[in-house]
Amino acid sequence: MAEFLQLLFAGLTVGAVYALVALGFTLIFQASEVVNFAQGEFVMLGGMVTVFAFKAGVPLPLAALLAVLVAVAVGLSLHRFAIEPAKGATVVTLIIVTIGASIFIRGIAQIVFDKQFHALPAFSGDEPLRLLGAAILPQSLWVLGGAALVVVGLRLFMERTLFGAAVRATAANRLAAELVGIDTRRVLAFAFGVSAAIGALGGILVTPVTLTSYAVGTLLALKGFAAAMLGGIGNPVGAVLGGVLLGLLESFAAGWISSTYKDAVAFVVILLVLFALPQGLLGRRAIERV
Amino acid sequence: MPPEPLLSVRGLRCGYGRIEAVKGVDLEVAEGEIVALVGANGAGKTSLLRAISGVLPLFSGSIRFAGEAIEGLAPFERVARGIVQVPEGRQLFAPLSVLDNLRLGAFRRGRARTDENLERVFALFPRLAERRHLPAGALSGGEQQMCAIGRALMAEPRLLLLDEPSMGLAPFLVDEILATVARLRAQGVTILLVEQNAVAALALADRGYVLETGRIAHSGSGRALLDDPAVRAAYLGI
Repeated sequence: MAEFLQLLFAGLTVGAVYALVALGFTLIFQASEVVNFAQGEFVMLGGMVTVFAFKAGVPLPLAALLAVLVAVAVGLSLHRFAIEPAKGATVVTLIIVTIGASIFIRGIAQIVFDKQFHALPAFSGDEPLRLLGAAILPQSLWVLGGAALVVVGLRLFMERTLFGAAVRATAANRLAAELVGIDTRRVLAFAFGVSAAIGALGGILVTPVTLTSYAVGTLLALKGFAAAMLGGIGNPVGAVLGGVLLGLLESFAAGWISSTYKDAVAFVVILLVLFALPQGLLGRRAIERV
Repeated sequence: MPPEPLLSVRGLRCGYGRIEAVKGVDLEVAEGEIVALVGANGAGKTSLLRAISGVLPLFSGSIRFAGEAIEGLAPFERVARGIVQVPEGRQLFAPLSVLDNLRLGAFRRGRARTDENLERVFALFPRLAERRHLPAGALSGGEQQMCAIGRALMAEPRLLLLDEPSMGLAPFLVDEILATVARLRAQGVTILLVEQNAVAALALADRGYVLETGRIAHSGSGRALLDDPAVRAAYLGI
């Protein structure tokens, strides 16, 4: 029981981060059908900028805010200088552009920061909470709470505001969105900005648990992508579900089989989804009558 | 000199890739008019409307609206000026509610007027009021067309571009939609109407253009076109 709970909490914690990455994928995919493989770099930037600002003496909350702002600036630049100029290119081309951008961002990060692993102090101490024999890090609760807040906040924004409706409208029918006067370029810029902020927040919250370095983005992008595929790409609820499931699978695979194969789980999931369930668990619902 | 028409298109060429769908069209719509644009499938009617809305780039030519050149403007800027289109195939935001579809129609208008316009649309199409919380994709064909027209009206159009509003509808619904078009004109909306149902469209319109493989083949008053033997033989099937 104690071991089960231990693995459960570890799985939920990384799962929450995968969910945030998958949510970023979903937002951009909905607005443009582009899979943004630079998504993991936003997580890296969130962690690394916070670490270096904190080391330079900036108080932690301010360092975190700065990191989010830097990631948003990078996300908006990615849209403005890499995606926007390639307007009219095929989706595959745009996806390759994002892969290039991710390599570029990683390269810059390696020069600006360094190649070492870095940690942040946990936000509210390292004293584990005891629950039925399992030890739970308080930071895990920060990760879970933060992720939940993002998910709920984003949902409210999309459902309750006119601009949120415009984002959903662009996802549903781009031509019609342009014809009602929605500036779809701005919607896509917004998607990049928000995805970057969400990714960065995930990176900040999880760095005290998992450490960070300039190179963590690649694997996170692939795992977030696996999570989005599992949940059904383009579906925000699916993204969160896929992320949490993937985190749990990884955690239990590491605990019960071997931690050597931990990273393989995501790729096995991608393959299984592609073979057996290409639409994912909550693939696009089609309600359209012609 | 007569006042400048609300919309004036000169030498417009546009298309898809290397295929030219519209090959140099001149067309005018005066304030308060209903102008019908008829022609066979593939004559370039939809391409022409898309070019006027700005969602299809021009190869060459000019578009003036309310005295200003607008061919350089983005689609959303044209909506802001009052050029609003009800596209072919309705193109609703299928997963969104009817209410959201209508509200998004007013995306370029102030929130203050949205509620007032919503009342107007619901008065025009009471069916939509009943179904406001349903996803637009779940409506019947006729209701979808009402929703598409309602969404366009939310934008307070000065010029309404209607692309095949009667397509795929039962005959009694076609009459209802065309009656709505006439009522909108009475409310002061200028209308450019694309229709396959050429007889009904020309009977309703002040003037008409017949488009043939990307060029204007005939033009004149609706009555004159209906009476023109060449037009009758080729397009009206009478």
